Amino acid sequence: MTRHMTAVSEFFSPDPVSPRTVSRRTVLQRAAALGLSFSLPALAPRQARARGTERPTSLLVVWLAGGPSQLETWDPHPGTKIGGDTRSIDTSLPGVQIAEWFPRVAGQMHHLNLIRSLVSKEGDHERGTYLVKTGYRPDPTLIHPSIGAVLTHEFPNPSLQIPLHLSLNPSPWPGRGGFLGDQYDAFKVYEPGAGLQNIKSRVESPRQQRRLQGLQVVERTFGNRRNRAVDETLHRQTVQRAVEMMDSTQLAAFEIDREPESVRENYGDTRFGRGCLVARRLLEEGVRAIEVTLDGFDSHVNNLETHKARAEALDPALAALVADLVERDLFDSTLLVCLGEFGRTPSINPLGGRDHWPSGFSCLVGGGGLRRGVVLGETDPTGQKTEPSRPIEVPDLYATLYEAFGVDFTREYQTPIGRPMAICPGTPIEDLLA
Amino acid sequence: MWKPLLPLAVVAGIVGLVASAVRLPFSARHDVAEVGAPPAQLVETVDQVNRLFAARWQAAGLTPAPRADELQVLRRLSLALQGTIPSLEEIREFEADRRPDRLSHWTGRILADPRFADYFAERLARAFVGNEEGQFIIFRRDRFTQWLSEHLQRNTPYDQLVHEMVAATGVATGKPAVNFVLATFANDQIDCNKLAGKTVRAFLGQRIDCAQCHDHPFDHWKQPDFEGLAAYYGQARQSIVGLEDKPVLDGKPREFEVLDRKTNEPRVVEPRVPFHPEWIPAGATRRAQLATWITHPGNRRFERAIANRVWALLFGRAFHEPVDDLRDPPDDPDLLDVLGRDFRTHGCDLRRLIQVITASAPFRLSSEWNPPEATAGTADPDTQWQEAEREWGVFPLIRLRPEQVIGALLQSSSVQTIDQNSHLFMRFKKLVTQNDFVREYGDLGSDELQDRGGTIPQRLLLMNGKLAWEALKIDPFNSSARINAFAGDDERRVETAFLVCLTRRPSRDEVQTFAATFAERPNRPARRDVMEDLFWTLFNSTEFSWNH
Repeated sequence: MTRHMTAVSEFFSPDPVSPRTVSRRTVLQRAAALGLSFSLPALAPRQARARGTERPTSLLVVWLAGGPSQLETWDPHPGTKIGGDTRSIDTSLPGVQIAEWFPRVAGQMHHLNLIRSLVSKEGDHERGTYLVKTGYRPDPTLIHPSIGAVLTHEFPNPSLQIPLHLSLNPSPWPGRGGFLGDQYDAFKVYEPGAGLQNIKSRVESPRQQRRLQGLQVVERTFGNRRNRAVDETLHRQTVQRAVEMMDSTQLAAFEIDREPESVRENYGDTRFGRGCLVARRLLEEGVRAIEVTLDGFDSHVNNLETHKARAEALDPALAALVADLVERDLFDSTLLVCLGEFGRTPSINPLGGRDHWPSGFSCLVGGGGLRRGVVLGETDPTGQKTEPSRPIEVPDLYATLYEAFGVDFTREYQTPIGRPMAICPGTPIEDLLA
Repeated sequence: MWKPLLPLAVVAGIVGLVASAVRLPFSARHDVAEVGAPPAQLVETVDQVNRLFAARWQAAGLTPAPRADELQVLRRLSLALQGTIPSLEEIREFEADRRPDRLSHWTGRILADPRFADYFAERLARAFVGNEEGQFIIFRRDRFTQWLSEHLQRNTPYDQLVHEMVAATGVATGKPAVNFVLATFANDQIDCNKLAGKTVRAFLGQRIDCAQCHDHPFDHWKQPDFEGLAAYYGQARQSIVGLEDKPVLDGKPREFEVLDRKTNEPRVVEPRVPFHPEWIPAGATRRAQLATWITHPGNRRFERAIANRVWALLFGRAFHEPVDDLRDPPDDPDLLDVLGRDFRTHGCDLRRLIQVITASAPFRLSSEWNPPEATAGTADPDTQWQEAEREWGVFPLIRLRPEQVIGALLQSSSVQTIDQNSHLFMRFKKLVTQNDFVREYGDLGSDELQDRGGTIPQRLLLMNGKLAWEALKIDPFNSSARINAFAGDDERRVETAFLVCLTRRPSRDEVQTFAATFAERPNRPARRDVMEDLFWTLFNSTEFSWNH
């Protein structure tokens, strides 16, 4: 890696300060240093394979899209009127039981914490997803950044040639940069394990080189007397980043055929399982924020069958992921959160389904230096009470995550129209912090 | 005997036509129809606008950018009004047009083209109903957009359109204007609060959404104003006959109720406007009363809001940002009042508003501007440049919308204009590829006028994606092949490729560089590669993806 290349990557690592107030000056200075050259990258730098607490923390969100039922996952109430036909099983955490459909996750529970009392006021998929991905309720005049975008903004990784924020099997609403800018949007990978879309040049290297040299000439003409305006578009830098990424050895993180057969089997041969395995490989590479989606929890009809089918993909993959991260000493530097936009009603409707229920749903959270084995909140086994004990608002979960990352979440960003906006309006859950 | 030869004859004919298009400037292939308002009618208002800016630049001690090259202005017009770039065919015709102020004539011509109505209808639809498809059957966004397009084509006065949207009754398909209200239909009811916020944002250019819960922080909108406006929608109802107004239902008067934040009890709210209640007509439905009030000739906010929005759609940046959050109208008339007054006194004519803005000085300025030589006491170059941009002393660089990028890609793959008269295959291709491309490129949604940077997936899509590759590869129907075959010498080849992709001629430097690349490769396959590579280079330039 030449010095020049380092400068370029550094350029792309988002600035750890407010997006609008800083950007222009720094952008100009750095762009001036960048000069005008497109080139095929030299060999990618060797990754520092730091482990344990040496490694900067990353966020991994396992997103259960559609609203998973707490009663068929982490908060079963067997033998009650609301419990349905789901039985519960013991876990590696004494006294804590989860739904029988998750025998392998049960074996990993001692690494994790469980919140059974998340509450929100958003019972619509899109609005609920917005809240649970950003920590803010939707606002018609503004788009808040998702937590992944904020962390990417706060903690750049200059040695990374692949995106810092990714969404594997993206749901309809993947994490967005919002007012921080589209460059913080999650990079979408539709078929994890099957490579990336549009990543390969359609021509051989000499032609690619000629194309890029030609680009230099055209950019010079256009930039003449427009230098500052062109710098601000970040177009050339984005081209350079894309070119670097196309030839980066770090792309190997997206390929799972390099993993032994046994490992792949352990995660399960499903799109979600492959997504989790790619996620682990990306974490090793130093990616800051990843969401892996398992879709299809919206069980208005046949709730039980729907959840059993999802569990077949979720149980092996999630359990393998936790075990793998622990074994590879990556768990302390990976904050893992597993949840969806809301839970499902205690009552079962005439079609055997459960409907949307944002008042008392569950979330697994662990790693990243949090405590282990803490269980918070209880929902009413009779389903009469509409509020669980120890209700926890989504922003409070967020504040906890930011606290674990060492982000002063009370700090305010300036939105493009100059409206100050705290990174997170919540209060950390002390029980989870070590 | 003739039949087997027919296809050949057609091919020969097309080849002949294309050869002439690629090689020669058209000598006015057919006369340009006189459409739109002739510039003379605009002179007074355009002068007023120009004087405002001259004063502004003088006050800021700013030397504005020089006038832009006319082809560049033509590119801006095509992008803003049709979502694409000029074809080689159009460029040749434009250059052969010798009339004074041919740009204004061409603006009129573009405004009369159905491509304008379609493209602009989609832009306005985003402001009025967003870009979500919503609840099908009840809400039909496609019909709404089509309705807008039909009226833009007919140049229906804008105040009439708005009146319809707020007050119309009927079903989503038969009476498409009702979709403005029905877009908010959810959980079996019309969302009056959402409508109140949206009405003021879309038609009066102010955000009062915050006033649903508390008073507006600086302008004079209060919480009761918000509730009072929402109450105007309180008697609207969606039923089997579509959207209707029912002042009485089952023998009981229907009142608009809100949950009082202090007592937590329902409270009846009477319809009420925050100012000029005398504009409310008697004896109409509540919605018709509101519609009349919004569009009332005395309502400056109405004309200021549309002037600001059209300005934003033309420049890519609102005159006052954000586009739907104007402050209360100032005491002294400003640019939006000049534009708004002209708009109002000419029958709320959207095309005229576009003509005025695009004929005025700021729209015709170059995007090239460098600060004057530094002298003692002047601000640093960055600050000067920011100031020039802020004061509209230089045309801004704005990222193209995904629809504009795909429009430009497809158009540059063809030397002829892609429009309603195009070959069915081309139109079909545009239709099927557009949605996929927009999704991959990243749809900007309803707040499409916010300034945002480009992303890596966008670059990868243009560098390696299928659509870009199909547009640049040497294929008998593509412009790349045609230019290679018919343009003449290497310098003409380079020049034509630049005109097709970037609507400009190459610089000396560029001609030399690219012509030399051709010259180094005398054999045909290698030359085809060079042409493809040149197209690739042009597609991936800043210039291609940004309006300038």
